[in-house]
Amino acid sequence: MDKRLVFVTGKGGVGKTTVAVALGMRAAAEGKRTIVCEVSAQENASRIFEHTEVGFHEVEMADNLWSISIDPDESMREYVLLQLKVRAMRDMLFRSRIFNYLAAATPGLKELVTIGKIWELTQTDRKVKRGREYDLVIVDAPATGHGIGFLQTPRTFAAIARVGPIHSQAQQLDRLITDQKHTGVAIVALPEEMPVNESAALEHDLREDVGVAVDRIYMNGLYPERFSNEEAEQLAELASAENGGAVGAAARAAVSEHNRARSQRAQLARLRRRVETPVKTLPFLFEPELDVEAAQQLARRLG
Amino acid sequence: MAAVGEILDGKDICICAGSGGVGKTTTSAAIAVGMAARGLKVCVLTIDPAKRLADSLGLKELGNEARQVDPELFDAQGIEIKGELWAMMLDAKATFDELVARQAPDEEARDRVLGNRIYQQISNALAGSQEYMAMEKLFELHTEGRFDLLVLDTPPTRNALDFLDAPRRLTQFIEGRSLRVFMRPTGLAAKVAGRGASVALSVFKRIVGFDLLADLAEFFNAFSGMVDGFQARAKRVNSLLADPRTCFLVVCGPQGEPVDEAVYFHRKLVEAKLPFGGVIVNKVHYPAEQLRGDGEDLESALAEKLGEDDLAGRAAGNFADYQALAERDARNIERLAKELRTSGVIRVPYLDEDVHDLSGLTEINRYLFASNEEREAIAAGRA
Repeated sequence: MDKRLVFVTGKGGVGKTTVAVALGMRAAAEGKRTIVCEVSAQENASRIFEHTEVGFHEVEMADNLWSISIDPDESMREYVLLQLKVRAMRDMLFRSRIFNYLAAATPGLKELVTIGKIWELTQTDRKVKRGREYDLVIVDAPATGHGIGFLQTPRTFAAIARVGPIHSQAQQLDRLITDQKHTGVAIVALPEEMPVNESAALEHDLREDVGVAVDRIYMNGLYPERFSNEEAEQLAELASAENGGAVGAAARAAVSEHNRARSQRAQLARLRRRVETPVKTLPFLFEPELDVEAAQQLARRLG
Repeated sequence: MAAVGEILDGKDICICAGSGGVGKTTTSAAIAVGMAARGLKVCVLTIDPAKRLADSLGLKELGNEARQVDPELFDAQGIEIKGELWAMMLDAKATFDELVARQAPDEEARDRVLGNRIYQQISNALAGSQEYMAMEKLFELHTEGRFDLLVLDTPPTRNALDFLDAPRRLTQFIEGRSLRVFMRPTGLAAKVAGRGASVALSVFKRIVGFDLLADLAEFFNAFSGMVDGFQARAKRVNSLLADPRTCFLVVCGPQGEPVDEAVYFHRKLVEAKLPFGGVIVNKVHYPAEQLRGDGEDLESALAEKLGEDDLAGRAAGNFADYQALAERDARNIERLAKELRTSGVIRVPYLDEDVHDLSGLTEINRYLFASNEEREAIAAGRA
């Protein structure tokens, strides 16, 4: 992936964070200075690294790999500081109930300053103190539904604030998001009926409504094809013959696996028929918890 | 813990809550089907824009009005709907518009709000407004009293708690009428409020531009006559949520992260003094605890039965993988039960086929409405 900014999105619970981290690991291994951004204050990425909360700081997780949790209030402070320059004035401003109230009441302002912070991270000439220069910024974006709205915020905002500095800044952010050369979106899907439908709809909306480049769809959690149809039949017979006992249970588990793997292949084919974007598969990991090793396994499969 | 049927006995409202991707929509639908089968007139509400509920109920589409689901659809699945099953998909914008129309003192005030650009944004996009409207619709339907039971599939917010906070946040927002006076920085109020406020305002104006500020002022102006009505209503919505005839069911998956979220969510419910009814864990790998035999023994036993070493090896390896997941699920569920101080958790197994149609829904329904013993017995039939 030769983009400078990648948004990872998809329906809730499909493994967006793990894929975002795996993409980050992959890029870092290729020598790119990479930062993975979370925007929901849930700190799922730092959990994968078993790191204590990173907060609104750029924290190094591994060689060439950083992580940040973008908090809108902190982004707002930073933004205002960069705009005002005078610290005393900024402090007075944040103590002002009126200002906080207006900031909270203005629709989309939180999302806007969050995207503003993402923009700031992509800059080569960063104004923030101790700001590093990154080759790649990966965003673990909000889930479907909210995700579309999130990426559309700058355009919406530019339309509300017809004039003034924030109007032109919002336009600038919209240009960043729709810059198909440098910015892309990766959709994470699961091989099930509804996630496939939603991913296809999401691809369409992202392309048509947001105007962003959808570069790849990751079909996550694909079961391996461990048994042939004939073997599955044989195992099914064994399962019904053996009542109770480990042999029967193992045979039933094998039949289950085969059924799931087969229905997942059908969903994969269905997704491929419905989308224009290349679909890449990622294996289901028979791991109790998704930790660093799991993300590394996925990172290796991303190559 | 009892089955869903007992938990919901005598309840008017069931709210299914949980983070995204844990099967809330399917669970809500299965609960509604089960209660309708028991003879109640049930309506299930979703605000999921992905039309999943409609799909799983065999309806082409759902609108902002409740529609009855054809009971014959369930005959083929062996479920007799003794009561009635209704479903609707909530249109947050339309509900908000209706609410404004109801609260507005006159047509002019209504049109001023509906036509305001800030309103158009918040009614669609303000965090929490969808959630608030879900509560609002729930309240409205409950007040009408057309149904015995309402089942709400809460919105798939990443933060499952947003909706608890939504009524408060939204009324706070609308209460912004007090800000109107500050919108005229030369006015008396600004002098009273002091220099700080006018500086804050002028900086804010510099950042967002005069137009936006003027729109905000206009919005608060237009809304000012309705604030009391909104507040009173939000209060009633809140007391409905806290009513003992309301029941919150927490829905989650068996992995570490969804379980953490369920624990957190339960804590918030308790803090807010809202009636927690139980927890449902979907897609559980059922363990065969008593079968955790020696890997090699199993492999040779399989080879003996199958007459093929390679296949036996793969089947044994596959079983070991499943057992590892089953053990993880069991550990997580044990932790969940401990944290929630509940003796039982309703576990729905990970089915071979993914659940998106009536037959899948029926199967989920069987688990939810079975007693603990029955559920274990059904699950023992699968790995």
